Amino acid sequence: MEPILTKNWGKPNSRKLVTYVESGGYGSLKKLFQMSPAQVIDEVKASGLRGRGGAGFPAGVKWGFVPKNTGKPVYLVVNADESEPGTFKDRAIFENDPHMLIEGIICACYALSSHVCYVYIRGEFFLQWEIFEAALQEARSNGLLGTNIKGSGFDLEIHTHRGAGAYICGEETALLESLEGKRGLPRIKPPFPAVKGAFGCPTTVNNVETIASVPWIIEHGAKAYAAIGVGKSTGTKLWSVCGHVNRPGVYEIPLGFPFRTFLQEYCGGVWKGRKLKAVIVGGSSVPVLTANEAMQVNLDYESLQAAGTLLGSGGMIVLDETTCMVAALDNLSDFYHHESCGQCTPCREGTGWVEKIMNRVDQGHGLTEDLGLLLDLADNMQGRTICTFADALAMPVRSFVQRFRSEFEEHIKLGRCPFAGPEWM
Amino acid sequence: MPKITIDDKTYDVAEGKTVLKVCLEQNIPVPYFCYHPRLSIAGNCRMCMVEIEGRPKLEISCNTLVQDGMVVRTTTPKAIEARKSVLEFILINHPLDCPICDQAGECDLQDQYFQFSAVPYRFREEKVHKPKAVPLGPLVMLDDERCIVCTRCVRFCDEVAKTHELGVAERGDHSTIVTFANEGMKNAYSLNTVDICPVGALTNRDFRFNKRVWFLKNTPSICAGCATGCNIWMDHQGDVIYRYRPRDNEAVNQSWMCDEGRLTYKFVNAPDRITSPYAQEAGGGWARLTWDAALKRLNAAFAKVPPAERGIVLSAQCSNEENTAWSRLASEQWKTSLLFGTWRQPSNPTQDNILRHADKNPNTRCLQELKCHREYTGGARLLIVLDTLTPEEATVVEKERPEFVVVLATNWGTDQDAVRWRPIARGLPISGGSCFPWADLVLPLATFAEQAGTFTNAKGMAQRFERAFPPKGEALPAWSIAEKVAGQ
Repeated sequence: MEPILTKNWGKPNSRKLVTYVESGGYGSLKKLFQMSPAQVIDEVKASGLRGRGGAGFPAGVKWGFVPKNTGKPVYLVVNADESEPGTFKDRAIFENDPHMLIEGIICACYALSSHVCYVYIRGEFFLQWEIFEAALQEARSNGLLGTNIKGSGFDLEIHTHRGAGAYICGEETALLESLEGKRGLPRIKPPFPAVKGAFGCPTTVNNVETIASVPWIIEHGAKAYAAIGVGKSTGTKLWSVCGHVNRPGVYEIPLGFPFRTFLQEYCGGVWKGRKLKAVIVGGSSVPVLTANEAMQVNLDYESLQAAGTLLGSGGMIVLDETTCMVAALDNLSDFYHHESCGQCTPCREGTGWVEKIMNRVDQGHGLTEDLGLLLDLADNMQGRTICTFADALAMPVRSFVQRFRSEFEEHIKLGRCPFAGPEWM
Repeated sequence: MPKITIDDKTYDVAEGKTVLKVCLEQNIPVPYFCYHPRLSIAGNCRMCMVEIEGRPKLEISCNTLVQDGMVVRTTTPKAIEARKSVLEFILINHPLDCPICDQAGECDLQDQYFQFSAVPYRFREEKVHKPKAVPLGPLVMLDDERCIVCTRCVRFCDEVAKTHELGVAERGDHSTIVTFANEGMKNAYSLNTVDICPVGALTNRDFRFNKRVWFLKNTPSICAGCATGCNIWMDHQGDVIYRYRPRDNEAVNQSWMCDEGRLTYKFVNAPDRITSPYAQEAGGGWARLTWDAALKRLNAAFAKVPPAERGIVLSAQCSNEENTAWSRLASEQWKTSLLFGTWRQPSNPTQDNILRHADKNPNTRCLQELKCHREYTGGARLLIVLDTLTPEEATVVEKERPEFVVVLATNWGTDQDAVRWRPIARGLPISGGSCFPWADLVLPLATFAEQAGTFTNAKGMAQRFERAFPPKGEALPAWSIAEKVAGQ
């Protein structure tokens, strides 16, 4: 497979404009400016590119929602608030190839007739922000940003905005609130950002990886992109792999790639010769898969959904046989309790309740009825809030308890953890 | 007009309405906490969720606009279950201290738990502890543990008072209500946040711990604090008023009233109320006497002064009915032109363009319509004064020394400006209060709480207030006194 997103990774000075241009970077612009914005949107629609931030919504369709001629400016906001535990693919894009993102932003903004783009970078990504700012500076001084880009008559400026450390600001409307200088609370929809987004103007919010995929589509055509992958899951996807594998890291594979092969060939298999116990495939918020389920699944949107989980952001956490699933869920519930914005009742109260029950079960004070209660709480949280944050805890709770119920029961029965102790926490 | 079906009944509704609004108008019980008809939609309490055909998830009805052909169900098992679970979530960290909570008896959370949930408690963990008894401002106290983070109070400060004083700090179940830079909530409308708080998180520092609300009777009335004439509920037990609360009136005060007006009830309860007639003795003290004796003295004075030389000072503090009775006595029976009107005029009246009016009288408009002279300038040999005189008018009376002066008043010390008359308090029910040294006779006047009547506000709207309880002691409404005097 020809890499799309990672083709320059590992080259010396891969962050530099000169390296990027040498390998054909910014090559899409010539073709881009010969197309009309509507043609660009159609091309991206035809490519089947789906949002890589987690929801998997077709990017071209999303762009098509932005109303034309409202008299207001249109904004592109790039969501670089990558905070999902287990996910570090966008970070790798910043570190290895920031110009690919800039080129993607130029393509997307041209398609949206947007002249201002905000890149909202996770606050902890200081190094990545510095790298990106340096790349922006290079792009500006080489006429790739600013007025009349490469003689096309198209103007574009990119501003970066650093987050202040809240996970919820990765939710697109909370991100917009934060960008506007307010508390990062998700907005009730409608109105959707396409109609009323940043500063009350039509806005598209896209993930870093989504945008970085666009130049290749423009340059090579939608057909070539759609030929990669399987069914409605076209193109390649970055997977950030962590946990109990021999070679953790970020890998690019075509969608539809079998997990079994991926684990062996890319990640070097489960570490220390141990057996696989479970896999969280798409970032900490998606339902966990047992080893059996994982070994049979292909890594694309539809296959994963059929297996009872989600592709999410592609943040893969591999757990070996020594992992205590109770401790793992306790850890996750700590995180989601800590990060709930507190707006909606089910999430504000539910995350804390789940965390307290999980702390208790993990410490050996669990009760038999706790498991039923946990499943009830998951049902009562999911789908009943402004954003999907509550779902992000409900899904792990339900899948951990259902798929590893015997481990939970053993904890409750023994009054202690039967495992020696997880090594990864 | 879109047609919408709710619980198998079809309604024609106006475009742009939300499903919740339609349900409320049709008396379909959909519970809510964060929604308030006069504030923006927050959509955070998740209590008003309903099932809408064709939509996979429950939707919050407060933010769902009606669409033609929409089919809504409010009583499906899914919707009922969702409400129960929201109430369960709200209550896990709620202190459940209803027995000592001022909101008990008028608490949306209490009521809705009984109506929509009433399921046993499943929470075994330690509750989240948060600040208690935090003074949020001079008049509002916060109990953060009771707060359900509906943000009504925050939105009130943003959208109605426009002071942006409140906000939510911290995150998740540690969220707390704070004032900007801890400066306190000092806006002139702060007590409205207590009214709209659906639980006992915000309480009125003037009212808290004074009375359980179920003992209170609610009488529809009008605030007498200024010329705006905010519609109020007068909450009282027996003849003691405990608080005013705003009563909805789209044309006047919507759902609000100012803090200043809200505290004006105190003169009705005050210990310096005049509850029987008093006459000033030659030596300077005051002697209590019966109505009969008082009227006899008045009669004796009438015998000496022909009707045309008798003067009457009406008051912008009195009702249309009271002023009209005296004005008709003057024009029809006495045929005197000596008809005046007096206004309370504090030196620096508060005002703004929300509700507070610079004219601190509830019925100035009445005096304008009765065409009396704007203030007492002298000329009467016998003078009858409703309420009290301004210091300037009192100086005129002092100088002119009419043969007989009668004052109809509610309190001995209500008028701040009259404090300079530091009186001869002997014989009065209070010590050291101001009184009426220029008066010969003081008659006990009933307050507006003790009679029905109307005030005409600055916009010219005559608004009715009801009698909450009978007049204290032997006090009478001014119209009733006019009747007695006319019969002499």
